[in-house]
Amino acid sequence: MTDVTRATAAELGRLIGSGEVSAEEVTRAHLDRIAEVDDRVHAFLHVDAEGAIAAARAVDAARARGEQLGPLAGVPIAIKDVIATKGVPTTCASKILEGWRPPYDATIMERIHAAGMVMLGKTNMDEFAMGSSTEYSAYGVTRNPWDLDRIPGGSGGGSAAAVAAYEAPLAIGTDTGGSIRQPGAVTGTVGSKPTYGGTSRYGLVAFSSSLDTPGPVSRNVLDAALLHEVIGGHDPRDSTSIPAPVPPVVEAARRGATGDLTGVRLGLVREFTGEGAEPGVAAAVRDAIDALVKLGAEVVEVSCPHFEYALPAYYLIAPSEASSNLARFDSVRYGLRVGDDGQRSLEEVMSLTREAGFGPEVKRRIILGTYALSAGYYDAYYGQAQKVRTLITNDFKAAFEQVDVLVAPTTPFVAFPFGARTSDPYQMYLADLYTIPSNLYGGPAISVPAGLSGGMPVGLQIMAPTMADDRMYRVAAACETAIPTLTPPTLSGSNA
Amino acid sequence: MTTTAPSTVEEVITRYEPVIGLETHVELGTRTKMFCGCPTEFGAEPNTQVCPVCLGLPGSLPVANKAAIEATIRIGLALNCSIATWCRFARKNYFYPDMPKDYQISQYDEPLCVDGYLDVEVEGQTVRVGIERVHLEEDTGKTLHIGGATGRIHGATESLVDYNRAGIPLVEIVTKPVAGTGALAPAVARAYVTELRDIIRSLGVSDVRMEQGSLRCDVNTSLNRPGEEWGTRTETKNVNSLRSVERAVRSEMLRQAAVLDAGGKITQETRHFHEDTGETTSGRSKETATDYRYFPDPDLVPLAPDPAWVEELKAALPEPPRVHRERLREQWGVSEHDMQSIINAGAVELIEATVAEGASPDAARKWWLGELARRANETGVELAEVGATPAHVAELQRLVDEGKLTDKLARTVLEGVVAGEGSPSEVVAARGLEVVSDTGALTAAVDEAIAANPDVAQKVRDGKVAAAGALVGAVMKATKGQADAKTVRELILSRLGAA
Repeated sequence: MTDVTRATAAELGRLIGSGEVSAEEVTRAHLDRIAEVDDRVHAFLHVDAEGAIAAARAVDAARARGEQLGPLAGVPIAIKDVIATKGVPTTCASKILEGWRPPYDATIMERIHAAGMVMLGKTNMDEFAMGSSTEYSAYGVTRNPWDLDRIPGGSGGGSAAAVAAYEAPLAIGTDTGGSIRQPGAVTGTVGSKPTYGGTSRYGLVAFSSSLDTPGPVSRNVLDAALLHEVIGGHDPRDSTSIPAPVPPVVEAARRGATGDLTGVRLGLVREFTGEGAEPGVAAAVRDAIDALVKLGAEVVEVSCPHFEYALPAYYLIAPSEASSNLARFDSVRYGLRVGDDGQRSLEEVMSLTREAGFGPEVKRRIILGTYALSAGYYDAYYGQAQKVRTLITNDFKAAFEQVDVLVAPTTPFVAFPFGARTSDPYQMYLADLYTIPSNLYGGPAISVPAGLSGGMPVGLQIMAPTMADDRMYRVAAACETAIPTLTPPTLSGSNA
Repeated sequence: MTTTAPSTVEEVITRYEPVIGLETHVELGTRTKMFCGCPTEFGAEPNTQVCPVCLGLPGSLPVANKAAIEATIRIGLALNCSIATWCRFARKNYFYPDMPKDYQISQYDEPLCVDGYLDVEVEGQTVRVGIERVHLEEDTGKTLHIGGATGRIHGATESLVDYNRAGIPLVEIVTKPVAGTGALAPAVARAYVTELRDIIRSLGVSDVRMEQGSLRCDVNTSLNRPGEEWGTRTETKNVNSLRSVERAVRSEMLRQAAVLDAGGKITQETRHFHEDTGETTSGRSKETATDYRYFPDPDLVPLAPDPAWVEELKAALPEPPRVHRERLREQWGVSEHDMQSIINAGAVELIEATVAEGASPDAARKWWLGELARRANETGVELAEVGATPAHVAELQRLVDEGKLTDKLARTVLEGVVAGEGSPSEVVAARGLEVVSDTGALTAAVDEAIAANPDVAQKVRDGKVAAAGALVGAVMKATKGQADAKTVRELILSRLGAA
């Protein structure tokens, strides 16, 4: 193996399991890669080299003792900084949590550790996962490995960029309105949002509790499925976790990789085929769907009339929940405290801390949500948005009576230059136009590379019914056989 | 026109009709907290019974405690409520340092139990108190404000927060407005809280100890002139004993009547009750009501109690305290009037427990309603907190029955018990109070008395038995009252050959 950073997670797991390479070698190679490129990409907020090497050595020791290793044992992984990691800084890319080290691990972290995976560090994101470009990080932007002058998507831009830049074979993202899938699309990687409740939220710092879903980020579909199997499944510590086994996602990915989609019905959402997407994106997605038809799939046009209300409904529900979820950052127990001079009142200290600690997008959403939940406005805003949510769910259910999965662009446009959409929040919000419906419904959705537009990656989104995650992995894996794999620029040398 | 403030509730009701309402919070005695596995024991070192969930650490999530839901449903059933087939927890949003998440998980428009009632007995009348709702929520932490004159946050220089209590399951029981009780309003309020406490205790879901805060009461009071609409109500907080519930209503009735008599208006506000003065003072005004921005908690799945399970719980409810008391009344052979005195004194369970420890119902009743009730009244504590336990009382009576204590000595021993000197036997030993029953010692005292009073002794020998009283008195004096007078008398008569 010449460069283990180019290998897939599945290959790495096999090589480590067979002893052809050690977990420590693999970890060191990735730490070296991070050292080589991350000053340009800035995917990471915190690299835990010491912890990573210790974890890798533990895997090597276990193997030396003859223990049976899991398929991802020793494989490095990057974790979005919104996931609580015991003893390791967890900031949500916010000043308000600077220096906070959680005293506990998220459930998915416990599962990642139990699988023998090696955490490299914590990745950059839009503050509290609010944004579509990672420009709202309080700690500086992450750059798209395909073009360092462009955004890597968001909110999980750090996780997507780390994987695209070969700094990690796998990463964890969280998807509330598209924060796994849209960064996947614009960085040419795979981003999978499992069924809501299929992966535990315990330890995911909440943005919008009824929408937040942790999921895999990878360079290929099988790797995503392998990670999905590690982190998925019922968690008694999350009341919204579904008490059912993980759907057979790995098996489905392997089946899809045979390239046969005979009898699979793809639903083309009529409401998503209009002017929404850039021509280059629409064309690439069309080509990708044509390629799936060649594999035996059938295309059926379906109508989801309420999808056009998804974005406004989302921008009431998510900020409402956020306004409550983010109340706890009040300077009393942890994180930033500003103005505590012994003179000022508690209310003033809370207020000054929140003023200084939260960035503009977070404040915007807290104010929006506070307003939407206020007495006298609740029914018109939050209540109405919940009704829209039900209608969107009904649209999905009706569509899935006709088709197996829905296909659409992941995001209307390719990665845009920094600053292009920060002046008008609505232009930024449009990035999630196609991803939000699945969040409101709760079903799984995945973004896979679908070619290039103007040299920048385009994503194809595949949406499936709740707990039919396996179905979307099968189609996604078949897609890989029909569409040439995207290879991001190596970033080697001094192309900064 | 000159008005003098009314001095009695009877005077108030010549001009006004009171409407009262009660909101009672009961901390459930579940082993673990409402949304996490932390223990709930009272009195632990601050911040030792906490975890990421009850501290509201970023990323943590609540999971509802099934035992708490069951306990709430049982309370609802015991209060004749309908149990929701589907309901949700809601978030009540407000910033306060004793609230780890800066919102409280509570229930809003979808409570677990609704529309019940509780019948209470007051002065021979049955008053039906309507129950609006019974819902489940989490308790907050406890804040200690240091440096201020009032112990409240205003003026304090430092605040200490203990989160041990944060997340303890709390049941809120809200009555419908209770009108038409007139001068009985304060007594109805007390009887309601007493009955509620007894019911909850009989269910075994809480120790309902007001002084430890496991039962807390807010009392709403308003007055209106007959025939007019209900008046503006005040909410009196910090009402921490049964006696205070009664006093708080009385004090608010008097205060409001004085304001109204003087042509003033009642401000809708929170008032604080002061145990020492028995009066209320103004707290925060409720004119600018806080907007709590309630919404269904997305972290928790809806509650949908299976109707069959609810039926099972209903079938398994214990005997209601009223029925139980009637059975006890018959067993103890007391009149309804006497039973009411026992109830009013809060002595039912104490007497029941004392009887269970071996005392006769009469003896148990005599001690609890006599000596101990007097002590409790003097020191202003609940009878149950007077310092003697049912086991103490039973032991005391046993010592009397065995002739080791006279009635008079027993009272002295009880004083020692109440003062915390230990069990009756321990007090007897420590204070050397046992009846002098050693015949040798007693005979010596008798002989001494006879020798010292030869004239009296002669009279007795001559058959004037009544004269022996003087000798008995002398012996009792010599033994400092620790001899049994009857025994002494018999001994004197026998020594003088008059028996």
